[in-house]
Amino acid sequence: MSELLQFLVSGVTVGAIYAAIALGFTLIYNASGVVNFAQGEFVVIGGMTAAALIGAGVPVWIAAPLAVIAGMLVGVALYRLAIRPAREAPLVSLIIITIGASIFLRGAMQAVFDKQIHRYDGFSGDAPLRVGGATILPQSLWIIGGSIAVFAFLAWFLNRTRAGRGIRATASNRMAAALVGINTGRAMNLSFALSAAIGALAGVLATPVTFTSYDVGVLMALKGFSATMLGGVGSPLGALAGGLLIGLIEAMTAGYISSDYKDASAFVVILLVLFLRPQGLFGARITERV
Amino acid sequence: MAGQETTTSAAPVDTGRDAYLQNKVTRRRAIGPGLGTFLVFAVLVGLGALIFPSSYFYRVGTLVWINTLAVTGIVVLLGYVGLVSLGHAGFFTIGAYTTAILPNYGVPSPLAMLSGVLLAGLLALVVGRPILKLSGYYLAIATLGLGMLIWMVLSKEAWLTGGPDGMTVSGMNARNLFKMVGLNLKSAEAWYWVAGFTAAIGAAIAVNLAGSPSGRSLRAIHDSDVAARSLGIDVARAKSRAFVISALYAAVAGGLLALANGYITPETGGFMHSVEMVTMAVLGGPPRCSARWSAP
Repeated sequence: MSELLQFLVSGVTVGAIYAAIALGFTLIYNASGVVNFAQGEFVVIGGMTAAALIGAGVPVWIAAPLAVIAGMLVGVALYRLAIRPAREAPLVSLIIITIGASIFLRGAMQAVFDKQIHRYDGFSGDAPLRVGGATILPQSLWIIGGSIAVFAFLAWFLNRTRAGRGIRATASNRMAAALVGINTGRAMNLSFALSAAIGALAGVLATPVTFTSYDVGVLMALKGFSATMLGGVGSPLGALAGGLLIGLIEAMTAGYISSDYKDASAFVVILLVLFLRPQGLFGARITERV
Repeated sequence: MAGQETTTSAAPVDTGRDAYLQNKVTRRRAIGPGLGTFLVFAVLVGLGALIFPSSYFYRVGTLVWINTLAVTGIVVLLGYVGLVSLGHAGFFTIGAYTTAILPNYGVPSPLAMLSGVLLAGLLALVVGRPILKLSGYYLAIATLGLGMLIWMVLSKEAWLTGGPDGMTVSGMNARNLFKMVGLNLKSAEAWYWVAGFTAAIGAAIAVNLAGSPSGRSLRAIHDSDVAARSLGIDVARAKSRAFVISALYAAVAGGLLALANGYITPETGGFMHSVEMVTMAVLGGPPRCSARWSAP
């Protein structure tokens, strides 16, 4: 019983990270229709920047916001330099552009930082808490809380603020949005910035538990991706639920089946979802126009 | 190469004799470009051999032709039908590992390579139907997932595949092939000729396919699924066929790489290799078979 509880705890922790990545995916996908394969790189940028700053003696409460801002800047740069010039490009090109961007970012991080694996101390120390036979790191609570906060913030921002509603209008029809006076360019910039910031925040929060190095981005992106697929592309609630589910499935696979195939479970889930229910758990049914 | 077969759709033909004649013309044209491609490739392979100063160049040349072969498969899928696959390294690596593993159980190398190719084709056939119902990003991601799964199995099952360290490939050396006909080549040169020859055949088949009725139906699907279906093309079947063909190409290339290098690691099946293959195809311009210059 306590074993199951332990798996649940670690599953939810990892799942919350995937959920944050999936939320970032959803934001960019909704705004621009681009599936951003470089999403995992934002996570790494957040983690690595925070690690470098903390390693240099900067206190956590300054390093963490700086890392998020760094991620945000890279997100905007990605949009301006890579996505916007290719707006009308066919799908293959967009896929290759974002993959290319992720390779470039990985190389840049290797040069700017290093190839080592990094971690820093948890925000509230590393002494594990005991909950009913399972242990939980205080940092896990930070991660879970962070993801829920991000979700709540996005829900508020997209529904209640002018800028957020601008993003949603741009997403549903760019030309119509422009016609009613919405600055669609700003909306796109904003959604890339937000998405990257969310990714970087996930990295900052997760690094004390999962560690980080320049090359973990690919796997992170792919996991966040399966979370998005599972929840239903385009649905923020789906992203949250999908992330948590993928985390749980992974933890259960590692615990009860084989830790070798922990990473494989996410891909099995992708394939199953695509075969059985391509719209995901919360997604609208996809109808394609001819 | 692409524009040559478009001229045959002339005015409606009313007598049987005319239909017969036109049919004949079409058939001859369909053979023409394939043979032409083969000759162009043969000349290129030969030219390479004339100017290469050392074994190293032959080795790189071999890789070029092996990549050409794999990319030709992608061109069939991406260029003809317009389907994006991010998992073809999976098929590549199935070809490679089967070629590497089976000789350890007493199967001769050529047979091992053949079974690798068949295995990849079979897998493509089985997973193709459900996967190819998807399109666009969904298809890209489904194939990505498939490729990752294959890669993970190969890197985890160390008892069979040597795990992340890879394994050596015992068995065939292309030298012996040339010895049989009395030529004494270095093994790097021998593999170069084998890879170049295979790539030339592969390209010729692909070009022939483009002009054939089934190739044309593939290109009709490229323009519009719905329009193709309304013309009576079995879209699901045609897509599945293209998927299997491109998997076969990848597997042959993988098998050749295993034999030519004598060593194989799971890296060949990684996500990055799939991306490389698609990138090479796009660089070369999808509708054409000119992706050959994309060196490794």
